Amino acid sequence: MIENFDLTMVNWARAQFALTALYHWIFVPLTLGITWIIAFYHTIYYRTGSEEWKNLTRFWMTLFGINFAIGVATGIILEFEFGTNWSNYSWMVGDIFGAPLAIEGIFAFFLEATFFAVMFFGWNRVSKKFHLFSTWMVAIGSNLSAVWILVANAWMQRPVGQVFNPDSARFEMNNFAEVVFNPIAVSKFTHTTSSSMLFASLFIISISSWYLLKGRHEKMARRSIMVAAVFGLVSSAFVGFTGDEAAYEVAQHQPMKLAAMEGLYKGEEGAGIVLMGMVDSDKKIGDDQDGLSFKIKIPGILSLLANRSSGSFVPGIEDLVYGNPDHKIMGVDDKIVKGKIALTQLDAYKKASKNGDTAAATAALTMFQANKEYLGYGFLTKPEEAVPPVGLTFNAFHLMVALGTVFPLVFLAFLYFSWKDTLKEQKWLLKGGTVMVFLGLFAHWSGWIVAEVGRQPWAIQDLLPVTVARTNLTAGTVATTFFMFLILFTLLLIAEVSIMLRQINIGPKEVSE
Amino acid sequence: MIAYWIQTASHAQLQGLWWFLCSVLGSLLLFLFFVQGGQTLMARVAKTAEERSLIANSLGRKWELTFTTLVTFGGALFAAFPKFYATSFGGAYWVWVLILFTFIIQAVSYEYRSKPANVLGTKTFDTFLLINGVVGVLLIGTAVGTFFTGSNFTLSSYNFVTWTSSLRGLEAAFSLFNLSLGLFLVFNSRALGAMYLINNIDFKGVEEFEERLRTSTLKNFLWSLPFLAWFLLQILPMDGFAIGENGEIYRQTWKYLFNLVEVPALALSLVAGLILVITGVVLTAKTEAKCGIWSSGLGTVLVGLTVFGLAGFNNTAFYPSKVDLQSSLTIYNASSTVYTLQVMTWVALAIPCVLAYVAYVWWLMDSKKMSVAELSNPDAGHMY
Repeated sequence: MIENFDLTMVNWARAQFALTALYHWIFVPLTLGITWIIAFYHTIYYRTGSEEWKNLTRFWMTLFGINFAIGVATGIILEFEFGTNWSNYSWMVGDIFGAPLAIEGIFAFFLEATFFAVMFFGWNRVSKKFHLFSTWMVAIGSNLSAVWILVANAWMQRPVGQVFNPDSARFEMNNFAEVVFNPIAVSKFTHTTSSSMLFASLFIISISSWYLLKGRHEKMARRSIMVAAVFGLVSSAFVGFTGDEAAYEVAQHQPMKLAAMEGLYKGEEGAGIVLMGMVDSDKKIGDDQDGLSFKIKIPGILSLLANRSSGSFVPGIEDLVYGNPDHKIMGVDDKIVKGKIALTQLDAYKKASKNGDTAAATAALTMFQANKEYLGYGFLTKPEEAVPPVGLTFNAFHLMVALGTVFPLVFLAFLYFSWKDTLKEQKWLLKGGTVMVFLGLFAHWSGWIVAEVGRQPWAIQDLLPVTVARTNLTAGTVATTFFMFLILFTLLLIAEVSIMLRQINIGPKEVSE
Repeated sequence: MIAYWIQTASHAQLQGLWWFLCSVLGSLLLFLFFVQGGQTLMARVAKTAEERSLIANSLGRKWELTFTTLVTFGGALFAAFPKFYATSFGGAYWVWVLILFTFIIQAVSYEYRSKPANVLGTKTFDTFLLINGVVGVLLIGTAVGTFFTGSNFTLSSYNFVTWTSSLRGLEAAFSLFNLSLGLFLVFNSRALGAMYLINNIDFKGVEEFEERLRTSTLKNFLWSLPFLAWFLLQILPMDGFAIGENGEIYRQTWKYLFNLVEVPALALSLVAGLILVITGVVLTAKTEAKCGIWSSGLGTVLVGLTVFGLAGFNNTAFYPSKVDLQSSLTIYNASSTVYTLQVMTWVALAIPCVLAYVAYVWWLMDSKKMSVAELSNPDAGHMY
């Protein structure tokens, strides 16, 4: 199927996708979350008619608009990069993967784009009611867009509702409902949107804290903080709950990713969760070392979270790579053998079909069907290739969880001192509050790294490695476009941050002005 | 009735339907390129910062619709014709990367161009808009031209693409035929842009600007004519890419003329489209009418439908390979399965609702024209 591939090219293509996604992911969570909060502020203005709430709404809307533009710019690349850099993937799964992207355009992007114009420019052009309706439509449209892109992403993590067609040598959809209601899609969507609301709350708290420290726009800042802290606290609870669901799905369907997230090399019954730890960079798969040079664990919790049973067995990386007959886990080397049989028989089937040799075609097809579950493993050359980068996945996961634990405490503190009306006196909290947006961004990036790096080497879990998914391009070509995008996105990011800082410095219009 | 049709339609019927729906999206995109065309008018037709600001704020309320249509067009092609998506984007790499590049710089330019501390300055962002309006549209035009002239690719037995030109798609821009289609689109977009601005702006206080836009409409239309004529004169006698009875691809002289004759709807659409485009231009240039955009816009959609129809219907390979005829893509060998097309057809039932609310919001927002007074009104809302 694929005789030679250029690993350097694949790595450049990976780097380019990571670059685009990381830039895109600066802006998207803010868009997803802040649109709800703006809609809430707008609703208060609609109900009270207060100019202060109107100015507050318009101020956050301005910052949203600056952010939204660059989110759109980075987003278009992601869609088309599937075609430019991953064209084999696009052909092999376009039957399934293309549908959510098209639906995203029809249902979400048009809603967002149409009502975006009313939300920003409709203050004196449409009725107040329709204007408010438009603001809510932008929030709904943005989040609907997240639904469909996460359905597509979840399918790559757990490919359901599909069948491999040996005649076309591609994956074809046979159950749309299964694709849409894939449990991973549900947990991904709820986790992403709730964490985006949390991030937007941190964004508002950071800017409002700065105003309070500077003694400017204090009334607006207090109001913004109050709403954001409540939103943030409620979101934090959802983030925790949906994060648990997401991790459970990972444990059930991507055990290698879970093992990497926890740095667990040797499986355990009653496995503990690592509260703090450090990956041992000298660890080699199969040696006697533990994998973590330092760790603090809570016994039984990982088993409980992964299998809903505190005494259950959680496989480690080495169990999954080399197999564990006691727990009926097939090793990767066995899977590679079966995968290679599947590939050989697929090739034989196609040749026999072309030559009109029905008997040979039937025999090859039977052998292929018996081994097709391991198709993707046939492209691997050694079992260790099935292991994702453990250090990066482990550190990203633990950073995300640690930050996710701190954020609700921050929201509680802001709420408590707001309620006591002593927020302005808590300089330590306000100073800490100003950097919260950056911590929120790190948490989001970490989550993305866990999800995407943790599933390597697969483009589609167990079925298609990234080495096969790529386009037939030279490494130099992809490296050139990597740097083109890096320079352009960095330039635009500098402009965005500069504009944003100036707008924050200008601040909202005051009623008394 | 509709449900029955969707569930019982043959694969070929669904493939035809989806080529039509993709053609509608593509043709709407050609109309919505009035945004790109309008952007290019900022450079010379607008003489003052105020006039440039009027253009930016008028088009700024619509640019996202064009952008969304482009993204949805791509998504629909991905879902309905994944082999085309994979072959074209993975093969003609540099063309698509450059097109995307011009749309990235467009997406930020409206929002950032007049904001304080925008680092690059208003002139740079206006130049970005100019690049998007000229290069983006030109390259999309040349890419569409390859539907008729063919591209340099082969497909393996697993349908993985190998591009045989090191220019990875840029070679299409060296074909006079492809280039003429691209240039026609650029000038047509400029004419549409001028007509849209005439329709959307209240010129009280800047009457001379309206006159310049009316003149520009006529000039750009006249500039577009030789390229359109060249395209039409070349395409009719051209050796087209036909699909034989067994699915093999072969070259057929006068193929696209035959398509016009054998599918009269395409010929009618072309003639009606051209008449409507001309009517819109004449109304704008020779009278005080402001509605030229609707006539020329609809005309552009009809001409677009003809172009896409000629490429894909009547047993024609819509993405032909010049180096290996049998690698050419047709709506039959490049499409998704029956099941996926059925699912997508259910989804497509929502398109009329989408068009309805887009049209309603368009009407609502444009019922009050963009004016100089609005530009300087601090309470007017967001400004570009």
